[in-house]
Amino acid sequence: MTKQVHLAAHFPGVNNTTVWSDPAAGSHIEFSSFEHFARTAERARFDFLFLAEGLRLREQGGQIYDLDVVGRPDTFTVLAALSAVTAHLGLAGTINSTFNEPYEVARQFASLDHLSGGRAAWNVVTSWDAFTGENFRRGGFLAEVDRYARAEQFLRTAWQLFDSWHGDEIVADKETGRFLTTSSPGEFAHRDDHFDIAGNFNVPRSPQGRPVIFQAGDSNEGREFAAATADAIFSRHGTLEAGQAFYADVKGRLARYGRTPDSLKVLPAATFVLGDTDADARELAAVVRRQQVSGQTAIKLLEQVWNADLSAYDPDGPLPETDPLPGEHTLSKGRASVRMTRDPVATARQWRELAEEKNLSIRELMIEVSARQTFIGSASTVAEQINDLVQRDASDGFILVPHLTPGGLDVFADTVVPLLQERGVFRTEYEGTTLRSHLGLP
Amino acid sequence: MTAPYLAVALDGAGWHPAAWREADARPTELLTARYWTDLVREAEDGLLDLVTFEDSFGLQSTREGVRGRLDATLIAAAVAPRTSRIGLVPTVITSHTEPFHISKAVATLDYASTGRAGVRVRASAEHAKHVGRRQDLGVDDLLDEAADYVEVVRRLWDSWEDDAEIRDAATGRFVDRDKLHYIDFVGRWFSVKGPSITPRPPQGQPPVFALAHAAPVYRFAERSVDVVFVTPRDADDAAAITAQITGVPHVFADLTVFLDDSAGAAADRLARLDDLASFTTDTAVFTGTPTGLADLLLAWQVKGLSGFRLRPGALPHDLTAITRGLVPELQARGVFRRGYGAGTLRDRLGLSRPANRYAVGAR
Repeated sequence: MTKQVHLAAHFPGVNNTTVWSDPAAGSHIEFSSFEHFARTAERARFDFLFLAEGLRLREQGGQIYDLDVVGRPDTFTVLAALSAVTAHLGLAGTINSTFNEPYEVARQFASLDHLSGGRAAWNVVTSWDAFTGENFRRGGFLAEVDRYARAEQFLRTAWQLFDSWHGDEIVADKETGRFLTTSSPGEFAHRDDHFDIAGNFNVPRSPQGRPVIFQAGDSNEGREFAAATADAIFSRHGTLEAGQAFYADVKGRLARYGRTPDSLKVLPAATFVLGDTDADARELAAVVRRQQVSGQTAIKLLEQVWNADLSAYDPDGPLPETDPLPGEHTLSKGRASVRMTRDPVATARQWRELAEEKNLSIRELMIEVSARQTFIGSASTVAEQINDLVQRDASDGFILVPHLTPGGLDVFADTVVPLLQERGVFRTEYEGTTLRSHLGLP
Repeated sequence: MTAPYLAVALDGAGWHPAAWREADARPTELLTARYWTDLVREAEDGLLDLVTFEDSFGLQSTREGVRGRLDATLIAAAVAPRTSRIGLVPTVITSHTEPFHISKAVATLDYASTGRAGVRVRASAEHAKHVGRRQDLGVDDLLDEAADYVEVVRRLWDSWEDDAEIRDAATGRFVDRDKLHYIDFVGRWFSVKGPSITPRPPQGQPPVFALAHAAPVYRFAERSVDVVFVTPRDADDAAAITAQITGVPHVFADLTVFLDDSAGAAADRLARLDDLASFTTDTAVFTGTPTGLADLLLAWQVKGLSGFRLRPGALPHDLTAITRGLVPELQARGVFRRGYGAGTLRDRLGLSRPANRYAVGAR
């Protein structure tokens, strides 16, 4: 059976994927940019718009990192405002389970779900770093081993709150004066290692009941957490083989939770560069990569692996001959990607071999090894690639991150989406009203 | 005489617990964006300065009234793109929330409304069990914490200088980090490092509001807010209260209103609602005609008030009586605007855009 493709749009954010130096780049903070982006995604019949979050400005070498876009809005507030300028588009936000309370997060998501008519989604992330915690009253250090436990208990507590109203309490009978069917609606009591709360939840049941739940963890614990709790998982595995392996792995975990394979959507993040021809697109992609990795950025990316100040090195010169500093990474703070380089010395060795083999400077190497665009080609090539990956079970669709704000999605909406629609693998109109319905979730 | 500022306090179906039973009430739509948008547009059509949105971390206590509500900041955010002029002032509970989150939320509301955001801060020990782990605090501690909270929120708004974003292609720098500032707040209740993740909002400092009934809260207001709502019983009481408050740019009186074409009709309506549910309030209650209310407001105003926050007894009835009855009456007397001018909520309140406390030369 032909699978339907799911597409989402990630508002470009705080990393070097986003090219702010391009003349076409607009504001990253004015609401008009968010509105433009959301309207494009809705015009293209995307499933949802997604916002990431970072609760402390990133630092490197003890200073605020200044080479990428810095600054973003409050997730809940901007999503609620976007609900006013869209009618169908799902509104997904990352909200941290470490620096929030379940009662407050549950009422914010339930409120967003009401205000948007059933379009809210929550990407549950965990954090353990004391660096970010310095911005919060409850931001104390959380041991790394505890973070999934807290996240899972946080989520289960929030579910208890969402479910504390059943949806049939409000009768509002003007004649009899009965507003509710019960004198104590939304009752809850939850006690575990992390939370000890009780009372009455004050937001009646929202259109989706619970917001759609996203997970982004890639570790074994993260995948298991997703299999147990999530409706969709963001993955980093956008290629055919890695995608198929990840897809089979997480879908294979569902049965032990009594879930069917289609109850969890696998949605890798993806970037794209489109051109009139494949050759045009490749040429443009190379230009964009050079914009994304300036000489200054190349040095900073290298420092994130070396864990050392490399500002004395020439980005157009060769790699440092010294090895990365072993041990805990201390140079770069507030950056999740740093934790993913598990063996910096081995990474450095591979890079050095690659640089010698191809005679690459630091900047050329970083362009080569840091994330290149997922899809490069003409609209028909990209449409074919996307559909092929979905039909061959490497994913259920993609979360697209344009490199330009706010107009970077427009060309995709105008050229690739119609081709997917022609193939009959992407909706031409929204059929349901809720995000759960767009995603085909039970 | 100067025109009084006019704000309307929106909550549920109105401030009387039986308001939802009125024929024109929409009690099954209280959780929809359309309901709130309709009310705020009505207020905007009436050229009002701002609306406030109530909030609480728990259920309403009256059994006969509406129960259940949405997050006030998110209601304001959903209304922002659907309106263009009126100020939007949600309530936040300082006792149970994070100043870092609220600072960026109000800044974002200011972006989404292009300079029309404010925030009303409310300290409350109520519902502490909903967030767990908090000891119930006394009034003095709650207010002390709220003052620290507002200080942190304000410092975070200033933690980005207005021209911090430079997009300097030559050096590859998006921001000038010398214009981003750690706030390094260390207090009894929390410590917050900063800077904010959200750039300084359009107004620089969105105005801060609080409701105050007694001297300790007046002291808090003097320290922390731009506009304080007070609850005088009558004109003399208004004089007595305003004499106790110094240094707050604006003092508005809160007043619950039931308005009809005749004073008798208004009194009858209140009596009818009172028969359905008992109504207690912290404010004076006005029943009568828009003309009578205009007389009262102008008589109170000279006692040191610069404006009023009217609490409609029932929605939409008493809101439309304000916008279509009271406002034309005040306009006819030459004491209310006939159109919105340009500018932010701060501009309308006569508050200049403040210099950034961290900018060189600002202090």
